[in-house]
Parts: sequence; C-alpha cells; structure tokens
Amino acid sequence: MNLIRLQSISRRYQMGAELVHALRDVSLTIERGEYVAIMGPSGSGKSTLMNLIGCLDTPSSGRYELNGTDVSEMNDNELAEIRNREIGFVFQTFNLLARSTALHNVELPLIYSGINSEERRNVALAALADVGLTDRVQHKPNELSGGQRQRVAVARALVNKPSILLADEPTGNLDSKTGIEIMALFQELWQKGNTIIVVTHEEAVARHARRLIRIRDGLIASDETAAIDP
Amino acid sequence: MNLLTEIREGLSISWWAIRANKLRSGLTTLGIVIGIVTVSLMATAISGLNQAFLRSVAAFGSDVYYVEKFPWESDDMWWKINNRRDFAISDAHVIASEAKHVQAVSVEASGNWPVKSRDRTAGSVWVVGNNEQSALVRQLNLEEGRFFTEAEVDGARPVCVLGAEIAQKLFPRESSVGKQVKIGEGNFEVIGVNEKFGPFLFGNMDHQVIIPITRFLSDFTHRPYLFFMVKVRDAAQMAEAKEELRGVVRKLRKVPPGMEDDFAINQQDILIQKFHQVGGIIATVGLFITGLSMFVGGIGIMNIMFVSVAERTREIGIRKAIGAKRRTILIQFLIEGASICLLGGLLGLAIAFPISLVLKKYLPATMSLAVVGLAILISLFTGVVSGLLPAARAARMNPVDALRSE
Repeated sequence: MNLIRLQSISRRYQMGAELVHALRDVSLTIERGEYVAIMGPSGSGKSTLMNLIGCLDTPSSGRYELNGTDVSEMNDNELAEIRNREIGFVFQTFNLLARSTALHNVELPLIYSGINSEERRNVALAALADVGLTDRVQHKPNELSGGQRQRVAVARALVNKPSILLADEPTGNLDSKTGIEIMALFQELWQKGNTIIVVTHEEAVARHARRLIRIRDGLIASDETAAIDP
Repeated sequence: MNLLTEIREGLSISWWAIRANKLRSGLTTLGIVIGIVTVSLMATAISGLNQAFLRSVAAFGSDVYYVEKFPWESDDMWWKINNRRDFAISDAHVIASEAKHVQAVSVEASGNWPVKSRDRTAGSVWVVGNNEQSALVRQLNLEEGRFFTEAEVDGARPVCVLGAEIAQKLFPRESSVGKQVKIGEGNFEVIGVNEKFGPFLFGNMDHQVIIPITRFLSDFTHRPYLFFMVKVRDAAQMAEAKEELRGVVRKLRKVPPGMEDDFAINQQDILIQKFHQVGGIIATVGLFITGLSMFVGGIGIMNIMFVSVAERTREIGIRKAIGAKRRTILIQFLIEGASICLLGGLLGLAIAFPISLVLKKYLPATMSLAVVGLAILISLFTGVVSGLLPAARAARMNPVDALRSE
C-alpha cells in the first residue's frame, strides 16, 4: 500500500475574474520511508501540492488516498483529525505560538488529540530531547535562536508520531550554518524511518533528498530518484 | 479532544489575551460594567423597597381603617371636598362606643416642632398628638417607661413618649425617662421611649415625639388635620366593620340620606395598589436601562472579538494545521468573550456593592446572593451571545488562508 496516492489531482482557484489552474491532473505516489523534495519556481503549484498532501486543502477533482484512506472528500473536522494524527508540519516561519513555552508548543498537537496532561508532558519532553532542546523547554520562542525555534517546530511536528513530516522551506529563514544543522537533523530523522517531504526552491536543500520532484505550471516536470549518498 | 481540556485550554488562552490587552478589554467591558451596576442596584433597591414597604404598611395595620376628611386617592376636584368639616376628639368616643366591630380608636394629629433637652436640640421633630388607645392601634412597643393613660389625656398632662432616635439624640448617655424636654415652648416630662422601628417609607417613626392629643390641641394648634385610626376587632369581618363604621360616622356628621359621604374611610390596600404601580414602573425602567446597556456592551464585545479574531488569524491557522477542530476554535473564542464579560460583570458588582451599602442607610436593601448570581449569569450570557459571530468566523477559517496571513 502506498503511503500517499494522488490520482489525477486538479486544484483550481477563482482569483477575481480569472480561474487559476494551480495543479492540473497530477498523479503521484510516495512510499513510506521516502525522503522527497518538491521543487519549483514560485507560482508553479508546489505550495498547492503541499497543502493538498498536508490535508490543509482539498482537490477540485481527483482522488487522494493517505494511508489507504480517501481524504479528498473529507470535511473540515475529519481533515483536522487527519492532520493531527498523520501530518507533522514544519514551516519556513516556524509558526510557533509566540506566547507559549517550547514545551506548550510541542504539547499542543497532543492536547488536540486528547492525551492526558501527565503523558502529554512526558511525550513532549521526550520529543524536545530528541531535537536536543532539553535545556530550553521553558523558553518562549522569542528567547530562542532561529535554529532552536525550528527544532521546536520539528519536535512539535513529530510529537504525535505522524506518517509524514511535511516541511515547507524549512531553512528559508535560517542562516546557512543553521540551515545545514536542520538538514542534518532531517537526515537523522529520515534514517530513523520517518517519511519526509520537503518543499523548497533551494537546490542545496533538495540535494539532501533521495527523490526530487520538479513542478512547473501545475504539472510534474520531472520525478527522479537519485542515488545520492547523504 | 475532550470538552474539559478544550475549556481549560480556552480559559488559559483567554486569560492571556485579556491580560495582554488590559486597556482594550477594560474599555470594552464598560458597557457591561454599567449594565451590571444598573441591574444589581436596581434589583437590590427593588427588593429593599419591597421590604421597606411591607414593613411600613404593616405599621399601618391590615385591620385598621383611617377615618379622615379626605380620601388618599380621589378623582374628585379639590374644591368639591375642600370645605368638609373637621373631625373633633369627641367623635372618637362616639365611634368607639357606637360601632360594635371597633376594638379601639386612636386620635391622630401631627406637626413639626423642635424638641430640646437641657443642652441638646433636635431640629424638626414629628410631634404626634395621640390618645391612650394609640399604642394599641399603632402597634407601638416601648423600649422603656410607659405610654400615657386616659387620665393623662383627659387632663392634657405635659408628658411625652420619645422615638428611639430622638431619645438617643437628646440623651445619648443616659435614660431619658423622667427627664424634662422642651417641645416648642412647653415643658414635657418623658415617660417612655419607643423601640427602634427602622426605615419607614412615610416619615421617620424613630424621629417622632408622642404627646396627649388634648395637650397637642391646647399647646400647638387648635385646628390640626385630625383623623382616626380605627382598629377592627375581628380581621375576618373587615367589610362588615366598614359598613357599620360608615353608618356611625354619617350619623355623627349628620349626613342626610341620599347625600354622599363627606368623609373617607381609607385603608392600606390603596397604598399597596399604588406601590405596585410605582414598583412596576421602576422595574420596567430598570429593565430597559439594563437591557440597553447590556446590548450596547454586547456590541462592544462583539466588535473587540472580531478584532481579536482578525489579529490572531495566523494563530488560528497554526492551531488548525496541527489538528484543532472547528469546535475547539469556537469554544476558545466563546470563552474569551464570556471571560471579558464576566470580568466586566465582576467589576460591575465590585462597584455596585459599596453603593448598595450606602443605599442600606435608606432602605433595608442588601445585595443578595441571588442578585450576584443573576448579574453573573447575565454577563456570561451577553458574552457568549456576542462572542458567537466572531467565534464562528474564526472556526470557519480556511487553514491555508489563515496561515498565509501576516
């Protein structure tokens, strides 16, 4: 069974009077344990693809199976549940809750899945330890460096043991040294068995992945699995 | 995610949001504060007024008729009744002996004069002329000493019974019984002191001095407005008593058959009716003011909640991305609206409480737990209702758009 199975996915938006075809009839499968980079210039549809894979959005037509479940027809609440359980997001701008501590930020997905406070705390602390932030759990985002913030975001993304770690320009707001550290962290996570999808326009970032999908004008321009050694 | 965790999370978020926007939240709650101050004071005042009224009316006696020249409530023009004849003290004896349903008749006349002890003065005191039956009819209880006797009334003796407040004012550190006081120009001996009565809507019972009616007529005024309080023997036969009383007084005043009464037989019922009218008006006005300020306050809350939702669009997006359902977001903002209103309500109560203590000086008005509960319920309700629209907007947000917002 494929982890992700997109069949003839299209996504259209109405922008003013114009109908924008962000994705045109895209079909794609991704297996468990893959490390995929999705590249493309801005406006190519790669963000739309990411939103669809992340269940933030639903396709205008086509079918999306995640873990064998058809999610293309799900309503808001069902999608929220899927996102909570199956997807871990890492954003370019970190998207941490500014006034909450690192610990609370990481606990949030567990709160939404209804895990009791004691277990929640332990699981969140373990996730923060995994990204090397044991001594920063009570810090708020503005007391952390960019790299540390992104690590908190990674811990939050992984705390619910999702099927996919979905990263959108994860190094976009980091200096190159920190960016390399984060990519090393991704590498390590992949080697532990996580499925990782990175959306980026940086070749350097994409090179870490084993499979590179290029998007152009709403279509898959190329899809190659390279035998790059990490 | 269970409801309890959602509520707890919502509470901590809204606590933060309110603290972070103290001034804004404070100003927003102003309408709620005013509404709650109004409703709680109004409810307190009405209940106080009711209690005071019932006590006051009880003092009138439910089994007492007031035989007077003028009715308490009348559609007649003043000139039609203005030249009715005055009553005289002797009429009381006739009523008492002729009317079988009557247990006692109290003669009543009053005016205001200063009362002095040797070194103290009470300015304008309610001086009442009574007869020996007045203590029974007026339900006067004596703190100390005694009421005057029939002999003292007949002899127009210079004796007096002081109200509790007057006694306290003129003789703060000693018993007043046996002391001399000067009422107007005359010297009187204090023979008794009334028990404290407390708030009374029709004058001040504790600020009166009672003297024999005979002395009242000779010393103060020869033609006072004289009337009788007639106590009926059997409260179950009020109607019969009234008919008999009417006959006796008509005969007494020589009203020819077929002519209208040239006097009135009044009863506390009239007061109760009037009071209910006034009470109804006060309650309606109070309800209107409360409703209006809660409405205006609610609009304010709704506005600020829309602002709060707009400001936190990105946060809503983040929460939705990591698994918050519509209900979670809805509850979060409903709780925030309700919390702001609740704070406003508590603030309102905090303002209203000291005012109710001032009110207590004039009315037996205490802010009851029921009033506090009502105020809290009203503010919570307003908060939830006015938070509904903004919260629904937040809950329906599309996570992609919300995440993209700055």
